[in-house]
Amino acid sequence: MNFAISMSGFVALYVFMLAAFAGWVIISHVPAILHTPLMSGSNFVHGIVVVGGIFALLNATTVLEQAIGFLAVLLGAGNVAGGYAVTRRMLAMFQTSSKVPHAHAKAHHPKQG
Amino acid sequence: MAMLTLIPQFAIGFADLVAAFLFMYGLQRMSSPATAPSGILVAGIGMAAAILASFLYLCDVSAEARPHLPVNVGLALVALVVGGGLAWWSGKKVAMTAMPQMVALYNGMGGGAAGAIAAVELYGDKAQGNTQLVVTLLGGLIGAVSLSGSVIAWAKLDGVFNKPLRVSGQQIVNALALLATLGVGGAIVFAATGKVSPIALPDLITLFFGLALIFGILMTLPIGGADMPVVISIYNAFTGLAVGLEGFVLQNPALMIAGMVVGAAGLLLTLLMAKAMNRSVMNVLFTNFGDAPKHKQGVLQGTLKPVEAGDAGIFMRYAKEVIIVPGYGLAAAQGQQKLYEFVKLLKAAGVVVKFAIHPVAGRMPGQMDVLLAEAGVPYDLIFQLEDINDEFANADVALVIGANDVVNPAARTDKSSTIFGMPILNADKAKKVYVVKRGEGKGYAGIVNALFYDDNCFMVYGDAAAVMTQMIEAVRGLAARSAA
Repeated sequence: MNFAISMSGFVALYVFMLAAFAGWVIISHVPAILHTPLMSGSNFVHGIVVVGGIFALLNATTVLEQAIGFLAVLLGAGNVAGGYAVTRRMLAMFQTSSKVPHAHAKAHHPKQG
Repeated sequence: MAMLTLIPQFAIGFADLVAAFLFMYGLQRMSSPATAPSGILVAGIGMAAAILASFLYLCDVSAEARPHLPVNVGLALVALVVGGGLAWWSGKKVAMTAMPQMVALYNGMGGGAAGAIAAVELYGDKAQGNTQLVVTLLGGLIGAVSLSGSVIAWAKLDGVFNKPLRVSGQQIVNALALLATLGVGGAIVFAATGKVSPIALPDLITLFFGLALIFGILMTLPIGGADMPVVISIYNAFTGLAVGLEGFVLQNPALMIAGMVVGAAGLLLTLLMAKAMNRSVMNVLFTNFGDAPKHKQGVLQGTLKPVEAGDAGIFMRYAKEVIIVPGYGLAAAQGQQKLYEFVKLLKAAGVVVKFAIHPVAGRMPGQMDVLLAEAGVPYDLIFQLEDINDEFANADVALVIGANDVVNPAARTDKSSTIFGMPILNADKAKKVYVVKRGEGKGYAGIVNALFYDDNCFMVYGDAAAVMTQMIEAVRGLAARSAA
């Protein structure tokens, strides 16, 4: 049994091609009203680079490698946390007209019951 | 021993697979404002799983790295807490108007992380074979450009310096900087494959990243503030691409997939923004906006007709349908809250009110939508250009606040205008147009707006927030008088 991942040449290109295509299709369904949270959200998604930073840092053998690896994790973690925080904040603000009275009705419900 | 590496390998592989799926599922849920909040939550769960699993890499480090492991794990934890904590805090605190520069900064961080991974791989001479080496260099170059370019974009948007910096022959300098970077990259490939090199390999690598960072700065400096929506989108795509390429180098499909999905997203938004400005991406990047030779503007018929804010407010109170065109000037005056207060009064009086948003209203794609949502405007009142443009002809009033070039009919008719061909909101087709404006200035593109001189157009001069307050008071006063 071997779970090590090894991807060379064309397999990698297939993964790239399919991912780019899926990304294009998924993103083109996002309405323009959500383009800012979409951008910060996709920004958050590329924060996965922090995983690569952790790998590089754990395998560092010299002080230089440690320093740059530390920088990679530091920046990657900033990308993840910042991207997530602003996207959550923005998406929480989008409300519909119908939702506003609904929320009131819910708030009054316990009093009536 | 075998189990000791097999189980972590399996766990990491599985966690990354789940993460890649949750990223795409989360982004897919962004196709509606109702499901979008759960979308980012889902993506967040995937991210947490991948980061936690990545610490299992410590079971499988190389023999040389094993003695350094305690220090390295400690460093990783400190970096996660410090980097994550600072960004989380800033993300919670940042004002919605400052969102473009914040997103640019977080994006630059991702690019920097990808560049740093490339640097570790290169300095440690870890690439296996020429393909990996070239891909590492390419990812490092794009990541470094994204880092320094995003920092410049952040500085411009944040007002650290807002004048585009241009010198003659700049394009030649930029081209030379890029060629030099690529040349040094080529030298690294030669030196790494054992060819004799006059410069030591580590020095070449340092030079490579230094040049890439400089190129990112040079490339972004001449681009003007109005083009920032395109620039932010491009660097988003760049970082995605860099992450995807470094994912290949590290043989991590989660990075490859996430990076490419984001790369495609960034590319799509870039093209949409460029289209909304009727310019090509190349035109935004390599020519300087506003440098077009000044043309003689056709003589405008009519006059500017100022009216009182209160009178305009009362007129709208008795209208059947009002379409509001907000621009960045509204946000600059912090007038969104007051505007929505006025809208609620109109709606209470039975007026149909809609918001019409131009794709480039704001400093990044969709920013005006977020600013309205922040003020409490329900998203079912917000319409995009292509969905509402035909409706202006039926509207009694178009209320233009802090917007200018996006409603300039010259884009439709005046072939010599710098904005000719740009899709605009048909505010001029409404029966009556009110324009709320600070004074008789020109728009960002420096063109006089023909709309303002139309017979059906009236100017309400003043600060957007102050004007809205006057309109609210006038309509409230009316209600009080009729009740008495």
